[in-house]
Formats: sequence, C-alpha cells, structure tokens
Amino acid sequence: MTDRESMTQEERLAAPWRTPRGWRYFSAVNNTQVGTWYIAASFIFFLFAGVLALLMRVQLAVPENDFLSADMYNQAFTLHGSVMMFLFAVPIFEAFAIMILPGMLGARELPLPRLSTYGFWCFAIGGAFVCGSIFFDAAPKGGWFMYPPLATRYQEGIGNDVWLLGLSFIEIASIAAAVELIVSILRTRAPGMRINLMPLYAWYILVVAGMILFAFPPLIAGDLLFELERAFDWPFFDASRGGDPLLWQHLFWIFGHPEVYIIFLPAVALVAMIVPTAAQRPIVGYSWVVLAAIGTGFISFGLWVHHMYTTGLPNISLGFFSAASQAVAIPTGVQIFCFIATIVAGRFVRSVPMLFVAGALAIFVLGGLTGVMIAIAPFDFQAHDSYFIVAHLHYVLIGGMLFPVAAGFYYYFPLATGKMMSERLGRISFWLMFIGFNVAFLPMHITGLAGMPRRVYTYPEGLGFDVLNMISTGGAFALAIGVLVFIVNAVHSRLQHATAPINPWNAGTLEWAIKMPIRPWGLRSVPHVSSRYPLWEQPDLLQHVTEGRGYLADAEEGKRETLLTSSIDAMPTQCLRVPGISFLPLLAAVFTGGAFIFPVFKMYAPAGVSAVLALMVIVYWLWTGTAIVPEKPEKDVGNGLVLPLYSSGSESVGWWATLITMIGIMTAFFSLVFGYFFFWTIHENFPPDNEGPGVTWPLIALAASFASWLLTLFARRWNARDHGFRFYAAISLAAVLAVAGTLAMLAGPHFANMDPTSHVYPAIVWVLVIWTALHVAIGFLMQLYCIARRAAGRMTATHDIEIRNIALYWHFALITVVVTVAVIAGFPLMSGR
Amino acid sequence: MNENNGNPLSESRESLWWLVAGPSIWFAHFMLSYVTAAVWCAKVAEGSASLIEVRITVMIYTVLALTGIVATGWRGYRHHRYGAAALPHDDDTPADRHRFIGFATLLLCGLSVVATVYVALVAVFIGSCR
Repeated sequence: MTDRESMTQEERLAAPWRTPRGWRYFSAVNNTQVGTWYIAASFIFFLFAGVLALLMRVQLAVPENDFLSADMYNQAFTLHGSVMMFLFAVPIFEAFAIMILPGMLGARELPLPRLSTYGFWCFAIGGAFVCGSIFFDAAPKGGWFMYPPLATRYQEGIGNDVWLLGLSFIEIASIAAAVELIVSILRTRAPGMRINLMPLYAWYILVVAGMILFAFPPLIAGDLLFELERAFDWPFFDASRGGDPLLWQHLFWIFGHPEVYIIFLPAVALVAMIVPTAAQRPIVGYSWVVLAAIGTGFISFGLWVHHMYTTGLPNISLGFFSAASQAVAIPTGVQIFCFIATIVAGRFVRSVPMLFVAGALAIFVLGGLTGVMIAIAPFDFQAHDSYFIVAHLHYVLIGGMLFPVAAGFYYYFPLATGKMMSERLGRISFWLMFIGFNVAFLPMHITGLAGMPRRVYTYPEGLGFDVLNMISTGGAFALAIGVLVFIVNAVHSRLQHATAPINPWNAGTLEWAIKMPIRPWGLRSVPHVSSRYPLWEQPDLLQHVTEGRGYLADAEEGKRETLLTSSIDAMPTQCLRVPGISFLPLLAAVFTGGAFIFPVFKMYAPAGVSAVLALMVIVYWLWTGTAIVPEKPEKDVGNGLVLPLYSSGSESVGWWATLITMIGIMTAFFSLVFGYFFFWTIHENFPPDNEGPGVTWPLIALAASFASWLLTLFARRWNARDHGFRFYAAISLAAVLAVAGTLAMLAGPHFANMDPTSHVYPAIVWVLVIWTALHVAIGFLMQLYCIARRAAGRMTATHDIEIRNIALYWHFALITVVVTVAVIAGFPLMSGR
Repeated sequence: MNENNGNPLSESRESLWWLVAGPSIWFAHFMLSYVTAAVWCAKVAEGSASLIEVRITVMIYTVLALTGIVATGWRGYRHHRYGAAALPHDDDTPADRHRFIGFATLLLCGLSVVATVYVALVAVFIGSCR
C-alpha cells in the first residue's frame, strides 16, 4: 500500500494544499495565505497613511505652526491621499474578496491563484516603494490627483515620478484581481448556485471588478502620457506646444470618480452579508440590491466632470454631469433602504459588526447628503477646494469604506483565525472611532464654509479657523486611539481567545460551513446549493459538507482541484486543476517592479533588463504551469459526477481571463484615442497640414497585421484538425507578417520625421503607433509560443488552449491596428489635410 | 450538461447582458449628449452662440434611448411574469432564475429611464455654450 492509499480521505485532500514552511512560506499562492498577506499589507499601509494624517493634524492644530515645513506638508498630504486610496481602500477590497469569496461560492480556490499572487507582490513591492520615498524626502507632492502643470513643470525631484511609475505598477494588481474575481464569480460557483441564488457579496464584487476594467485603464493611459512628458518632454499637457492640462484631469477623473464607488461597493457588500445575519433573516429586496449594485456601477461613470466644475467647461457639460451626480443617489439610497428594511423585518441580534454597520450608515448618509449638495454646480463653485470638500470626502470614505471594513473585519475574524474578537474592546474602539471621527470632520464643514482652503500647510491667526482646527485635531487623535484599540483587540483575541465554534454568528451563507480557522482548501466537500442562504434553508447541508459527502471530498491524484460550473445555472462543466506553490509569481513581480522602478531614476538600461527578465519568468511560468495536459481525460468528483479535466476555448478559464484582460487593455487604448480627439477639439488646425505619418506605411501595417490575424485563425483551425504542416506554415508566416506589421507601423511617423517633443500632434501619433506596434509584437511572441508548444507536444489537436487564447488576443490586436490606422492615417484625410 | 435548446428556460437561451442593456443605453445617451454638446461648443459655436441644434439633437437621442430602455424593460417584465410564481424569485429552478433576471432587468430599466430623463432635462434648461 502506498503512502497515499494509507491516508484517510481527509488527509489526502489536505496533502496537496499544505502550506509551505520556513522561507518557502513565501512561495504560497493559496487564496487564504495570499488573502491574509493582502489584508495585513493593506492594513500596514493604512496605519502609515494614518500617521501622516496625524502629523498634518498636529501641524494644523494651531495657526502659523512650524511643526512640518511646507514642502514636507505637501509630501504628507499627497502620500496620505494616494496611500489611502491606492494602497488601502482598493487593495483591502481585493484582499477581502480573495480571502472569503471562494468559500462563499463553494470553491476550493480562485481559478488563477498565481495571478492573484503576482498581483499581491506587485502591490506590496510598489506600495513599499511609494511609501518609502518620504523617508528620503523624495515623496510625491502634487496632491493625490497630481495636476499638471504644477506636477510637470514646477516640482523638481523624482517624487512625482515615484507616484506615476509606482502607482502604475500597483494598478497591475487591481487589474489582476479584477480578472481573477470575475472569472471566479462566473465560473467557480458551487453546483446549483444559480445566478438568482448567488450571495449579494458576489454580485457587488462582480460589478466592481467590471468597473475596474473600465476605470483603471484610463489612468494607466494618463500615467503613460504624463511620464512621457516628465521623462522625455513629450508635451501632452504643455499648452505652449499644443498640449492641454485638462486632458489629464479628464483621464484622471474618468478613473477617479468610479474609483470612489470601486471602494464603496465592496464595503457595502460586506454590509449586505452582515445585516441578514444580524437580522437572522434573508435580505429584503435581493433584486433591488442587485439593481443598486449594477446601477451605481454604471452611473458612477457619468460623474467625473463634477470634479472639474471650476475648469471653465460649458455649462451644458456641467449640467449633464450634475444630472448624473443627482441620479446616482437613487441606487445608492435603494440599498440602504433594503438594509434598514431587513433590520426592521428581522429579529435583531446586537453585535459589534452591527454597531460598526450602524455607524457606517449614519456617517455615509451625511457624506452622501453633502455629496448631493456639491453635485450642484453653483454650490460647488463656492465650496470647491475648501475644507468642506475634505469633510465631505472623509464622510463618504470613512462611512462608506472604513467602518464597513471594520465591521467586516470583526465579522470574518473567526473565519480567518478561528477566534472571536472581544465584544467589550470592540464597543470601546467603535465609540472612540465614531466620536473621534465626527469631532474631527464635522467642524471641517464649517471651516470650509468659513473659507479655509485645502492643502495649505498653515493659516494666519484670527480668521476664525483656530478653534475649529484645534477641535479637529483632538478628534483625529481620538479616532487614532480607537484604531489602536481595534488593533490591540485583534492581536489579543488572536493570541488569547479560545477557538470559536463553527458558524459563530449563525449566518446563512456557505463560507460559514468551513471548519475554523479556514483551511487552504476551504470546505471539507463541495455541496449542491439550492438556496440563497444554504445554511438556513438546507437543514442537513452543514453535516453533509463536513462529513465529506459532497463533491471533491478527496484528492486521489494529489492535485489541487476545484469545480468549474456554467455562468448562469452553475452546472458543473470541469474539474479544474489549479496550480500550487511557486516562487515564480514573486520573481515575476520583482522583475516587473524593476521595469517600473528603475525609470524613476532614469536608469533605462536596468529597466530594460528587468523587463526582459520579467518576460522570461512569465514565459517559464506559463510553459511549466498552464494548459497542462492531464493524465486522463476525466474524473469522478464524487456522487457519480464525472467531469472533464481539460477544456479549451470559451470553456476554459484562461480564455475568460484573456478576454477580460483585453477588455481592460482596450479601454486604455481608447483613452489614448480619446486624447487624440480631445486635442482635435481644442485646436483650429489639428491634425496640422502635411505633417502626418502619411497613408502608405500605416496601410502596409494594416495589411500585414490583417494577414497575420487571418493566418492565426487558420492555424487554429488546422491545429484542431491536426494538420501539422499547415499549422506550422500558417503560424510561421503569421509571425513574419506580425514583425512586418510592427515595423511598418513604426515606419510611418519615423520616415515622416515626426519629432514628438516639438508639438502634441507628433507626440500623440507616436504614442498610438508605439502602443499598437507593441501589441502586435506581443502577438508575435504568442505565435512563437504556440509553435514551441506544439513542437514540444504540449499543445495538440484536442488540447489547444494556447492557440485559442492567442487567436482571441489577435482579435483585439487587429481592432487596435484598425483603429490606430483609421485615426492617424484616415482622420487627416477625412478632415482634408 | 446543458438543457435542451428548444426549452425557453434553457441556460443557453438566457443572457446576463440583458441586465446591463438598460444602463448601457443610458450611458450611450449620456456620452453622446455630452460629446455632441462639447464638440459643438468647441468647434462650431462661438462662446455664447445658440445651442438649439444641440438641444434638438439631445431630444432625438432621448426619444431613441427611452424607446430602447422601455423595450428592454418590457422584455424584462414579461420574463418576470413568466408562470405563476411571485417574488423573491429565490427557488432553485430555471423558471425562477428566468424570472429573477427579468425582474432585475426591469428594475435597471426603471433606473435608466429616470437617469436618462435627468440628463435630457439639462438640454431643456440650458440654452447657450457659456
């Protein structure tokens, strides 16, 4: 009898999921470990940014204070805002989702664990880099929205490059999380968990992940333009050479406003889980909450100009955005009414999470109301850039995010650690935080209306700001003590308390069927779900799960496995083998970090080397860890259900991930195209006469890329029919044509001697061309990869994930080429130039 | 694993895209209105020039958008009323899943109508590029 056979079923299941020990611990990729790291790292960044806030409050406590210099104050508020938004508010949602979503959906693991691990390391490295800059007096100081021309022309040093490159690097983590979470929600729900039975948390996360795909890429595009201006003097935002600083504001806020909801919705998602548990009944108005999540997600994309009311846009434009800003209050209010109705209709059980939820709702409603006030343009003209705005945004973010996250932390603490947090300390920390917060921020409304502007490092005595500021500082410290008590509570409870029983809150959703503290494989076995609150409505489900009578109770082959199901009715479609421990994501993140961090110091050669190394690691990671042909075509996952172990095309998770990633990349591309047409609107003579890249080279690029795309599709077909020779011929020719397409694309502006530093027109043409050429070149590398895979016997006629995914990629690459050629060659012709 | 494609409730005939159809039309209407006005004011009109062409165009967009949203909402309503079951559509059956998607589509269309009308009202009240 082999070792594996002598183990019990439960031991066999645990074996492949074992967490590595010692220094190898950091090779873990499982969602529970990565989720824990993610939560810890975001929380550390939160504390760091909180300390910066306290330093600012000390500086502002009395007039004409010299505790911080003006320059250090600028660094402090810039980092405070940037870190809170990019390194705490968004990542904490990703952290929670990575941690709890698989359990909630009845999955053993996220479908692409190494991707989320890579995202985590990018976040941790980039975050440490950005935060560390202040210790070298080199932090960014242009405010969290980094407006040019202040940040391009009037601020020396590398601080703003740290912001641009460091945060662009971190955005990889958000996009990776979005891809991971969408695929997870749509494809890894437990069998039977139809779309109408899905936990509300998953609905919210699905919406938010979708929003990330459309919100973050415009910022990535903006960062690219901004860094090209700072590093190479390409004048996108320089009005003297045809640029326009307003373009940055558009790109930033197309990201920045949805981001507020990207922060808010996942936090309110936690509330949507806690409230039914506290009320001990299903949520009232499930469909209405879904409406609220999707509706808010959409309307949040129509609000960005309300940050730009004072930039001189036509009133009718302001009006459209004001109207949408009013409309977004409707879905936001709907979900709050649903929560209140649930509480009223249920038998309410008092708990610390509910205390934080109640505090959150109170604070958020106040912030929402001032939001409706400043959505009205004439009011905003008065309040803009004053402390009124500071008060408003903190009410929204602390009520809409920090308090719900604190509630969620309390609520899910037993799941993560097996221990309950202390009630008594919980109440103390709540009241300190709640009172401290209001004492700090309520007076700021008045300070603002009295005329105190934001971002000033001090103020003269006797303008009516003195007492108000002193009160705010006192409140800020009370809030900080509340946070400190919270931390003490968490640490103390973790170390001292006895292990909590299973499902301590008597909740209804599936994650509470997990034996605590959470194991890397989640549920003992995967049940068939037939209700929204399975632990309440399927009486013997808990026993069924814990006795291992569900699916995947065993891991006979010693592999990490989870179930894939269909996106609407959650019918099982595949037993997915997920990759296990590896240092490759960490290594890839380190080298990717080099590619972003070296350019801050203008060290382009090491950056290039880093980028090549990152590419090599990623290719090795793909080669060894993805699209693995299983040892048998299918397996019995329990209860007589036999599922395939491999699928390709739209059935495979890789195909979905490719599709979702490409949607994000296309959004970034269209943001650049938007830039081109934005410049067209502000210039009389754009594109300038006889200065373009011409028509010939772009058309050659288009023809070559089109042929390459077509041949890739033929290669896919011939591979599926096992015509080896035709496959190799088609894909090799496609690769040659891709190189030709890349070069021809670059040849246009090159032979037209377009100098990107001379004017914004050549600069924007070059950006579009380089972006497009790069994507065709990546398509070329993918074609080579497929040749190698088939030659190595790792891709066959039936196991063809690779060629199907690259064909999908090529659809998007071709769209990019067509649009670029239409813009740079077609548009000048059309406008008669 | 899929049910028979001829069955109106089969998964292959259902689509989550209907949920986002209403809000997508709202977004298209919003962006078109904004871009039309912005381009008009930047390229065609001089400062305070009349906006009457833009306002009429926005009204045309609005009629088209509302027609699309109402049609989508009506489709959602019919799905919601499929068979005899009432809310909250939380049964483990294809029929209740069908009704749920219909009802959520209907709600989202309701929100989209309100939001579209909000945006259209701007063109009713604002008469110049100032």
